[in-house]
Amino acid sequence: MQRTVFEKIWDEHTLAKRGEDEYLIYVDRHLTHEVTSPIAFEGLRSKGRRVRRPDLTFAIMDHNVPTADRTLPVRDEYSRAQMKALARNAAEFGLTLFDYFSPWQGIVHVTGPELGLTLPGITLVCGDSHTSTHGALGALAVGIGTSEGEHVFATQTLWLRKPRMMEVRLEGSFQTHTTSKDAILYIIRELGTGGMIGHVAEFRGTAVEEMSVEERMTICNMAIEGGARTAIVQPDLKVYRYIEGAPYAPRGEAWGEALRYWESLKTDPAAKYDKTYRLDVSRLMPQISWGTNPAMCIGVNETVPDPRTVEDPAQKRSYERALAYMGLSPGQRIEGTPIDAVFIGSCTNARLSDLVQVARLVKGHRVAPGVRAMIVPGSMLVKRRAERMGLHRIFIEAGFEWRNSGCSMCIAMNEDRLGPGERGVLTSNRNFENRAGPGSRVHLASPLTAAASALEGRIADPRRYGLAGIEELGLEWVSPWIERNILAPLGGG
Amino acid sequence: MPEPVRKLVGKAAPLEMDDVDTDQIIPAQFLKVLSRKGLGRYLFYRWRFDEQGNPREGFLLDRPEFRDAKILVAGRNFGIGSSRENAVWALMDFGIRCVVASSFGDIFYANSVKNCLLCIRLGEEELVSLRTRAVSGDLILDIDVERETISLPGGQVIRFSLEPAVKHWLLEGLDEIELTLRSYGDAIRRYEEGVRSYLKPRHDASPPLE
Repeated sequence: MQRTVFEKIWDEHTLAKRGEDEYLIYVDRHLTHEVTSPIAFEGLRSKGRRVRRPDLTFAIMDHNVPTADRTLPVRDEYSRAQMKALARNAAEFGLTLFDYFSPWQGIVHVTGPELGLTLPGITLVCGDSHTSTHGALGALAVGIGTSEGEHVFATQTLWLRKPRMMEVRLEGSFQTHTTSKDAILYIIRELGTGGMIGHVAEFRGTAVEEMSVEERMTICNMAIEGGARTAIVQPDLKVYRYIEGAPYAPRGEAWGEALRYWESLKTDPAAKYDKTYRLDVSRLMPQISWGTNPAMCIGVNETVPDPRTVEDPAQKRSYERALAYMGLSPGQRIEGTPIDAVFIGSCTNARLSDLVQVARLVKGHRVAPGVRAMIVPGSMLVKRRAERMGLHRIFIEAGFEWRNSGCSMCIAMNEDRLGPGERGVLTSNRNFENRAGPGSRVHLASPLTAAASALEGRIADPRRYGLAGIEELGLEWVSPWIERNILAPLGGG
Repeated sequence: MPEPVRKLVGKAAPLEMDDVDTDQIIPAQFLKVLSRKGLGRYLFYRWRFDEQGNPREGFLLDRPEFRDAKILVAGRNFGIGSSRENAVWALMDFGIRCVVASSFGDIFYANSVKNCLLCIRLGEEELVSLRTRAVSGDLILDIDVERETISLPGGQVIRFSLEPAVKHWLLEGLDEIELTLRSYGDAIRRYEEGVRSYLKPRHDASPPLE
């Protein structure tokens, strides 16, 4: 029987089958955060239940946390209450906690991989839809709800219906200013927000093999926006290098055993898929969203669609509504639209390689007057690494705000938000109505497109800017980990 | 423990919109809660209230003829986006017991099942026809989960289908944790004994190489 990498991990973790298609899956890692967990902990408490495996369960504060000065009190009383509740629950149930002040605090989908909590071949769950991110390391990772989270706490297992397999094959080489973010935006544009419902997207092909692990995380992260249950990439040498030496990753003899196991987790050559989608990325141009869901995307130098040319009545209606909400006219060019803010952050695009790319574009330039441009590193470790390298000086000199880590403007549960009617280019994953604050207008794009837009104060095509070579950045420090995993894939190693 | 749903008689309200994401069902601002109770007042909040919190005129479920609706007849891809179970709790607290759509976001669907919120998938044509009939504000549907039927006034019957496991769950509303531990506790223990120890997280973690 020829199997995909996902099916191999699935089979390895199946304890039982119920009915036609429900499987009891053992969970190797449970990551939890302050927003979706309190009601699950309350459920445990009310029944006198414990967390079965506190050693496999890790709690992280990310959604609510302010990204300004950490020595100041958290002003929002509800945010404070959820953060306190997570600390109390972690203590009561014996979980490892990365709190507001932890040097390892960060967005759960940035922190998991960088600390070695995420490994190839494991099953991982988290009460957050973007858990699909971890699939980039070859893990079977699924986003779950609060009731499911409570079930995992109590039993270390989860009942799942077996998803169908979808092959997303990316071939060719990216042009210099086009990134994996542009590829996933384009894929969702083509397939729609429901195009991958019920499926696991396995990203493969030469373009995926060439991507760094962090670029793979970006595509896996946003597969959920195309409706995918989750996403996965078969693990390879790049993944092993990314996690080797991470604090929670295996070491010594265990590392050798793990490597041998991971090498067996390749998709078999004749494995079957229920669906296939192919894309040659070599002609892809930078993408940007114009509407109110991630499928409403166009090339940065294309024009906004005209609902009058749309045949399907439901789609016509949703286009009209989206244009009105976004304050755009049918058929207008998107490039050149004035903006109020730029946000470089989120679990999609706030890793070290994203920040290096931004630095390459903005070095020696200035953010346009009147634009609020903020960089919110994906984790405090990303922030420290960037500061040791000296990247923050490039950003601050260019006029960006250099903040602490959290989910920030992507979900606007802290103070970082757009005002009513304000327009921003965000490197995050959702442009839904009111997502970045009531009345906010969000354009999703890559870090390069966001950076170019910050410099012009308008939606801008990043291809009009040169990218400084790594050696021109004047880096003050580089570690072997950064050399291998961040700079080498960018052609600077 | 969720309340089982076997039969449901109630008014249908037509939400003529595709891609209703969970951010629209309940905005992130209202996720800052420590209890699932009372979330109904935040349901579709941005569509029902302006930026100052004043009610907007005329949102479907605030119109007198739909205020008591128990069944929401929506479009394609209902409940896409975030995993927030608050979306299900808000719908149920508001009084919605069933959502009919042509497709659902996977996590929303799973969350609905856990809470015995009935999600029915219909083909596009049947869905549009049902939604059109609901516009009048007096369409009462009689849903039988066991038989997988929706009966309309005048005797028309629409058939739907549920996965057996989902149906069982909706009809029984069980304590799943209790069930799993009782029936599969040994299997879990055996698995844990044989698990690849080299894939466990180390708890003698030293700081990462920066």
